[in-house]
This record gives sequence, C-alpha cells and structure tokens, in this order.
Amino acid sequence: MAVIRDVMPAFELLQPASVDEAHNLLRSYGADAWILAGGLDSFDWLKDRIRTPKVVVDLSGIDELRGIRSTAGGLEIGAMTTLTEVANCPVVKEKYALLSQAAELVASPQIRNQGTIGGNVSQDARCWYYRAGWPCYRAGGNICYADTPDGRNREHAILCADRCVAVNPSDTAPALIALDAKFVVRTVKGERVVDAEDYFIGPDIDITRLHILQPGDLLTAIHIPATWARAQFYFEKIRDRNVWDFPLMNVASAMTLSGDRIERIRIVVNAAAARPLRLASVERAVTGKPRNDVTGEMAGKLAVAGAIPLQFNAYKVPLMRNLVKRAISGVEVTA
Amino acid sequence: MNFLQWAISPWGQKIPIHIAWFLIWVGVISGLAFLICHATYLRFFAKEKEFSGTGRPEVIAAIPERVPRHSLLARVFHWVMATSMFTLLFTAFLPKVGVQFRWVTYHWIAGAVLTTSVLFHLIHAPFWLNFWSIWPDRTDLQDAVRRLRRFLGQRVPPPRRFAKYPLENKLFHGVIILSGFSAIGTGILMMFRVRTIFFPRSPYLFSDITWGLMYVLHGLAGVGLIALVMMHVYFGIRPEKRAITKSMIFGWMSRDFFLKEHDPARWVVTPISSIQEEERGFRNGD
Repeated sequence: MAVIRDVMPAFELLQPASVDEAHNLLRSYGADAWILAGGLDSFDWLKDRIRTPKVVVDLSGIDELRGIRSTAGGLEIGAMTTLTEVANCPVVKEKYALLSQAAELVASPQIRNQGTIGGNVSQDARCWYYRAGWPCYRAGGNICYADTPDGRNREHAILCADRCVAVNPSDTAPALIALDAKFVVRTVKGERVVDAEDYFIGPDIDITRLHILQPGDLLTAIHIPATWARAQFYFEKIRDRNVWDFPLMNVASAMTLSGDRIERIRIVVNAAAARPLRLASVERAVTGKPRNDVTGEMAGKLAVAGAIPLQFNAYKVPLMRNLVKRAISGVEVTA
Repeated sequence: MNFLQWAISPWGQKIPIHIAWFLIWVGVISGLAFLICHATYLRFFAKEKEFSGTGRPEVIAAIPERVPRHSLLARVFHWVMATSMFTLLFTAFLPKVGVQFRWVTYHWIAGAVLTTSVLFHLIHAPFWLNFWSIWPDRTDLQDAVRRLRRFLGQRVPPPRRFAKYPLENKLFHGVIILSGFSAIGTGILMMFRVRTIFFPRSPYLFSDITWGLMYVLHGLAGVGLIALVMMHVYFGIRPEKRAITKSMIFGWMSRDFFLKEHDPARWVVTPISSIQEEERGFRNGD
C-alpha cells in the first residue's frame, strides 16, 4: 500500500502561552502529545506519517522559554531560544565561545533561525532506517537494520553501541557538556535540574530515546555556570557538506592552563555514540600534562580505546583520534 | 485487545515483534491472585491434612533424626539457578515498567549462568540423583484423585503420604521445565542479535517472522515465569512448607516432618545414606 508523504496526519494543535499551561497539557495528554519547538525534527516525523500524535503542543508562544539572561551563577538560556540568538549573543561569544561556535555550525542559517537550542539537544536520531519507519530496536522492534553486514552505517556509532547503533546528531550538546551546563526539566513530580551529561542516555539504558525526557516532561532552560567562562575552548565539526549537514563527528573541549600544563579540562565527542561521550579517562590522563602534540597523540589513542567500527564507518576511529588530538594540542585561545 | 505487538517489515510483511508489555502485569496479578486465593483457602477453609497407612515399625525406627534430602551440589544448583532466574526477571521486566539501568549485559550473563546450571542439572540428575523421583507416578495420580474427591465432599480413603516430592512439586518442576526451556532456547538464539562473547552477531540467522515468534515465545515464557516464581517463593515461606525450604538450605529435614508427610516405603532413606556419600557420587535412595 502506498504511503502518503508530505501530508501531515490530522492532530489537534495546542498553543499554550505559559510553561505551566504547556506542562499541564503535556501531563494530561502524556504519550499522546508531541512537543513542537522549532519544528525541524518534528515536521519530518509528521510529514512522513511515521509519528501520528493526537495533539501537538506548540511552544512557540511561550515568551518565558525564550531569551538569554545573565544570572548570579552564570547564564540562563531559555529552551526556545533560537540557535542564531545563541550564536550571536555577545555574552555567549565573550564568555562561552565554545557554545556560540557550536551553535553557528548547526545546519544552515535558515535552520538556525528557526531551530531552538532545546530542540537541538532533544532531537531524535537521524538513522535513516529508523527515520523511515522501519521496526528497528529504537522504534520498539527487535532488530537494528544498520548493524547488519549489508546495512548502510557510515554515519553510525563506533562506541557504546548496544543493539542500536544510531548516534546523537546534536552539535550544541557536546559544547554544553564541556561547559558543565545544567538542564532544567519540568517533570510530573516537579522541577528537576540535571547535569547536561546526564540528560543524554544510550541504548543500554533506553533504546527508544536519546534523552531522559519522559512523556509529560518539558525542558525549560539551560544553565551555564561561570566555572568555565573565558576558558580556552576548542570546537570542531566534521561533516560531508560544509554548508549544511549533521556531524559525522564533532568535538568540544574547555580547558584551563597553568603555565603550559593542562590544569583542568572537559572534553566531549558527539556522533560517535548514541549519546555525547564525555571522555573522562582522557581528561584524567592529560590533566597536569603539557599541552603539546605528544599529549594530544596520547589522548587521541586513549579516546578510541574500545571502539568497534561497523562495516562502513571504520574511518571514524582515526577521525575521532585526530579530533581529540587537535582538541588537546591545538586549542585555540578565544578569550 | 492485542496480546502481541506487530510491525510491518521492510518487505511489507506483518510480523510479530514482542508480547504486549501489559502481559507483565497479567503475570504479576495472576501470581498475586493465586497467593491470595490459596492463603485464604488454607486460613479459613482447609481441613487438617490426612494421610492413610502407616509404615512398618522397623522401617520407621531406622529413620535417622536428620533425613538427607538435597546434596550440596543439588542445593548449590538450586540457589545458582534461583539467583540467575531473579536476575533475569528483574533485568528483563524492570526496564519495561520504568526502572532504567544497563540491563542487557546483566541479562545475558545471567542467562548464560542459568543455561550452564541447567546443563549441569541435566547431567547430574539422571546419573547422580534418582531421576524418576521428580516425575509423577501412578500413586501420585491416584492420590490426587482421592484428594480432589475428598475436597468435593465424597467419602473416599485419604491419600497416602508423599514420596520424596509431593505431586505439586513435581507438577511445578514440569511447568518450570517447559517455561524455562522455552526461555533458555529462545534466549540462546537471541544472543545472536546482541554483542556477547559467545557468538558473532548474525541477524540473518532466521527470517523476520521467525525472529518475531522467538521474541514472543521468550516474552511469554518470561511472563509465565513471573507468576511461577511468585508462587514458588510463596510456598517457600509458608509455615507448613518451611521444613522443605530449610532442607534446601541445610540439606536435611527432621525425622518428625519426614514421618508426618512422607512415606518411607516410597522414599527409601537407607540408614547409611548421608549427604556426604551422595556428594561423593554414590546413588542413594532419593
């Protein structure tokens, strides 16, 4: 039977004006509700008729979810703040350039104008078997079509795969983890603040989601503490088309130096696994070491330990090794 | 109501992929319902157990104070199996009811332990234990009919005392074999779908529909095991069964309990038999 594409299924559009109202709607509709932020992930699902929610809760009318505010402890970014606003914000550029760099490399200017930071970190996997509606593990089935001898898996995971080999496609997520950001989530039980690192989950924890949001939950804001303000940052994204594409892999690091030695560092790689990977072992290994090529080389090798490439993505192993090496030894001074 | 979850394969076939997860609650509620009904019946309606026949005095006199029931190896097998079974059930079903953790690795490791312990039992039971002691015999069936008729109010002689295992134990063992082997058989094949140390992954081993049915059978066996394990634990902690539970820990039961419930003619306890001898590989009269 032919599948009708590009015509969205009927749903009830709900447009709350406040976070409380939105949260009440999400709570009452539960799994029947779909959260619409910038729409760049949502409209693919809806137009392909892979997802057919009963109601769509459009957050675009909630002013309190927008904007970037300085706080005593750092910065608060509303979840509905567009990626362009994040990339262009003077405070972000001055203190947290890592995030502005990451936001600026997301897709194209049009998409950044529409896409939100909350949507960027909460978007779903881009594995085409999954997006095409095949009954794979991530869709609740019992097979990974990408992790088969003939599967097209050039963009898929080399680390932490557990049945599903899809990767997290976000560019801002690794930057936020490197900055030790906190995500504010409105849940059924109340407000919950989680470390950015803990917002993301792999298939070993829940194979159907990339993040911790349950039906009824809402990401409202992202707090960036001053801990890493004006640190030395490095962000690099590798993609097939430099003007507009998801990452084949990206790396984000924040570092402080004492002389030529690495005093503190956080380094995160994304699109290598189903969640952004904070490389804690690399952080431990390079702390106290001089920032040079030797340390970078060692860090790169350590980063890919345990990588299991699939049929068509073995290139990701040297790619990750080199990205980590450059993030350590080739840190740009941005302050 | 859909008891199975269905999907459309890339080739357009409608295939089963899982059981519907609400069946977990069916398993739990069935187990609970059984416990409540049984406990209520015993508390308010059941009569004192009655058995017919008495043993010969010289046989009774020869029964030791501690009657060996389970060898150390048999007990270790039981508790290893119980531990792996609990691990399997918790790792399988807790994530489905919202408790999230890294379950897959623990699940297949527990499955491998269970499989190994069952393989051990398959060799140990026929050659070192009395293989037939766990299977229902003619006397069990005759006595079951007597118990049923007495339950219905008919005037028939009481049943005889049990052999080593009461009929309920034997039937439970049979059901566990069915559900356990279903879960183990399908589970071993499902290991071809995940990364383990045992086999290279091979998703093409079977067709989509065969894999789907395998997942369904694995799920049904698992849900059935929820209810069965609940019943087993319930009987294990019931006061009148405590002597049997203790024998699974210490290896023996008291002479008094033995004489109250068991027939020395059907479960021959040889005077020289002892747990140590059985552990040395001798066949005793169990």
